[in-house]
Amino acid sequence: MGDVVLELVGASKSFAGVPALRDVDLQVRAGEVHVLLGENGAGKSTLIKMIAGVHEPDSGRILVDGKEVRIPDTRSAESLGIATIHQELNLVPTLSVAENLTLGRTPRKHGLVDRAEMRRIAREAVARVGLDVDVDRPVGTLGIARQQLVEIAKALSQNARILILDEPTAALTRTETDVLFGIVRELREAGVAMVFISHHLDEIEEIGDRITVLRDGAYVDTVPGGTGEAELVRLMVGRDITDLYPRRASEAGETLLEVEHLSSAGLFDDITFSVRAGEVVGLAGLVGAGRTEVLRAIAGADRYDSGSVRVGGRGLRRHDVAAAVDAGVGLVPEDRKSSGLVLGASIVDNLGYATLRPTSRIGLEDRKGQRTRGTEVADALRLRRASMDQQVRGLSGGNQQKVVFGRWFMAKSRVLLLDEPTRGVDVGAKVEIYELINTITSNGGAVVLASSELPEVISMSDRVLVMARGRLTGELPAAEATQDAVMSLAVKEVESTRVR
Amino acid sequence: MSANTPPKAAPAAANAAPAPRSGRARVTDFLADNGALVGLALVCLVMFIATPTFLTTQNLLNVGVQAAVTAILAFGMTFVIVTAGIDLSVGSVAALSAICAGWAVTSGGMPGWLALLVGPLVGLLAGLVSGAAIAYGKLPAFIATLAMLSVARGLGLVVSGGRPIDMPSAVSWLGGDLGPIPVPILVLAVTALITAFVLNRTVFGRSLYAIGGNEEAARLAGLPVKRTTAAVYALSGLFAGIAGLVLAGRLASAQPQAASGYELDAIAAVVIGGASLSGGVGKASGTLIGALVLAVIRNGLNLLNVTAFWQQVVIGLVIALAVGIDVLRQRR
Repeated sequence: MGDVVLELVGASKSFAGVPALRDVDLQVRAGEVHVLLGENGAGKSTLIKMIAGVHEPDSGRILVDGKEVRIPDTRSAESLGIATIHQELNLVPTLSVAENLTLGRTPRKHGLVDRAEMRRIAREAVARVGLDVDVDRPVGTLGIARQQLVEIAKALSQNARILILDEPTAALTRTETDVLFGIVRELREAGVAMVFISHHLDEIEEIGDRITVLRDGAYVDTVPGGTGEAELVRLMVGRDITDLYPRRASEAGETLLEVEHLSSAGLFDDITFSVRAGEVVGLAGLVGAGRTEVLRAIAGADRYDSGSVRVGGRGLRRHDVAAAVDAGVGLVPEDRKSSGLVLGASIVDNLGYATLRPTSRIGLEDRKGQRTRGTEVADALRLRRASMDQQVRGLSGGNQQKVVFGRWFMAKSRVLLLDEPTRGVDVGAKVEIYELINTITSNGGAVVLASSELPEVISMSDRVLVMARGRLTGELPAAEATQDAVMSLAVKEVESTRVR
Repeated sequence: MSANTPPKAAPAAANAAPAPRSGRARVTDFLADNGALVGLALVCLVMFIATPTFLTTQNLLNVGVQAAVTAILAFGMTFVIVTAGIDLSVGSVAALSAICAGWAVTSGGMPGWLALLVGPLVGLLAGLVSGAAIAYGKLPAFIATLAMLSVARGLGLVVSGGRPIDMPSAVSWLGGDLGPIPVPILVLAVTALITAFVLNRTVFGRSLYAIGGNEEAARLAGLPVKRTTAAVYALSGLFAGIAGLVLAGRLASAQPQAASGYELDAIAAVVIGGASLSGGVGKASGTLIGALVLAVIRNGLNLLNVTAFWQQVVIGLVIALAVGIDVLRQRR
């Protein structure tokens, strides 16, 4: 590891009198991957925004190469060699790779765009991140992983020496993550300093050189890369979490959900399974295996071509969300912000959407009842809130997810379809969500749990179904579901099709 | 990039109760949250200082009458804009409704009072066509209602043969007085109350905010998004039909070119009233204030003998100012 290139000393920042970051120290060396770890709300984003020139600290100092600097805006961060790769990429999808890479400093000749030079710069830049791509292709036609590499190439071509990677793996598959990590290692060799944010503890173990832990806006500790998961969780949460996956099996009752020969051209084929009351059935598989599509089809969100779905013995009309909701089916979608919540609406409204119609009389909303029931559910879920009329936009990821769950609790749904229920949720809130799953099953509900996090799906399910390429490739009882067993089923069909 | 995360959504602040605010901050908050109302008061004050005739009963009733047609159109538009839609056809539909109402009586031989039903019904049907095209045909609202703008205006010309149609007395009554109060103001008040009631109390109204805020989330929660969307445009058409009759009542005849361009005033009123074109936000009271702001400015400028040409310029600036202030407020 090289010299300290970036240093924060006693940095503090408040918003409207509420401290977001208190007296935080950070040292980043050249050629190291420095992980920032903390739950949502711990102050990670405030910290990186300070480095990126979005916020200025109220007090404390920022040093680059040992010299004290002010970073009042993103442009000055850029000129100091600091670049941020955000979760939401800052690329123009309709422009080509080359145009994106030279955006804002398009090479010119006689006042016109010098396309040859533009391509040359772009080829050089993408080569540096090991990306083999036609630089004339519109960025939007590349997959998310390659777009991210384009963004990194852009930062490097602007001579960035300090790279801030804000949850770069959140949208990547395992293979894509490996490619990214390969590049990160090369950059580390080349002496680039990197600040890395991730919620995946296993990734941190794999790539991190040092780890700085924040909690509630305050600095906790900086530990070396080899630190174990249990210790990291303890530092983050501030207490021991004895059981990350507190599954309490309930007694299985009558069959609640029966899915038979469900098929949808190009998405999934001949899916048959059933779930009994009190059961959690896991749905595992690689990204793109069709888990989300199956859940959405069951919930009535999308059409399917053939097969049937029965809830409590009665057939469900296809492509009819309202009918599914009436029958007691609730979908907790993959992306709560884009499809789970109305972010600008209040907690009480968001909780009440599924019960709005059933509880109404002559077309009028049962306002008092909705509020009473909503408050009861919010209390039961221990939803942290300023008021029931607060916009859900301002809630943390875990609390937002509780609102989506709460909607189905209010509707007394008996079959819950959970699609990546803990994505973007911090460790403490994850455990709370697992407890919600226990509550559902102990109240006689049935749960289908689709997740790409293998430990989660294995530990929280009573049975694990594995999908590959739109087909069910196997079923494992909880006792036999190891990561290896699940993975070998998850790649089964993929390999056989490859051979063919 | 800072625009995505306003400071007030800062993670650490997310779970904390808002800090207690000082008295002055509360006043600022009230002013900022009721910007349209403050604007209306200011405009009224300026007009009163500039011309004493402004604050006479007669003139204020005039303002109300002038605001009525725009406001009724704007109430219908409020439903649409709350769902993140737009209805460009309301001016044309208003004219078509009035013409059909007049035609049904003069050429169709229907009793005069039936015109009061025919007008809104025609508006409802026109809106339903746009709504179906948008909800089920997946046309963008802008395009579907732009098409309806042209179709309705054209049909109005076809039915009327391009000539004004006399209105039966039942409709002219809409342009008269009931005791001391002009009937258009009464219609305005009734439609305002209906709009507020529908938006706040009915399942339909509450669904609109969900659909405008996040259509996919609304759909996955089991709300009937398509049906509701179609109904919203039908409702906007219905209000346009009512507005068309009020306008025809005031003129005592249905003009084929009437209410041309009124859709823009209606949209302006809704937006000045604090609604967002990106959906999920909007109130009947805001829209009423927005329509009154426009009417007061027009009225005042008339009293001050400002030409209609300059009035256009001023109205445009007011719209930009109102929305600009709102944008700044959001950024706070």
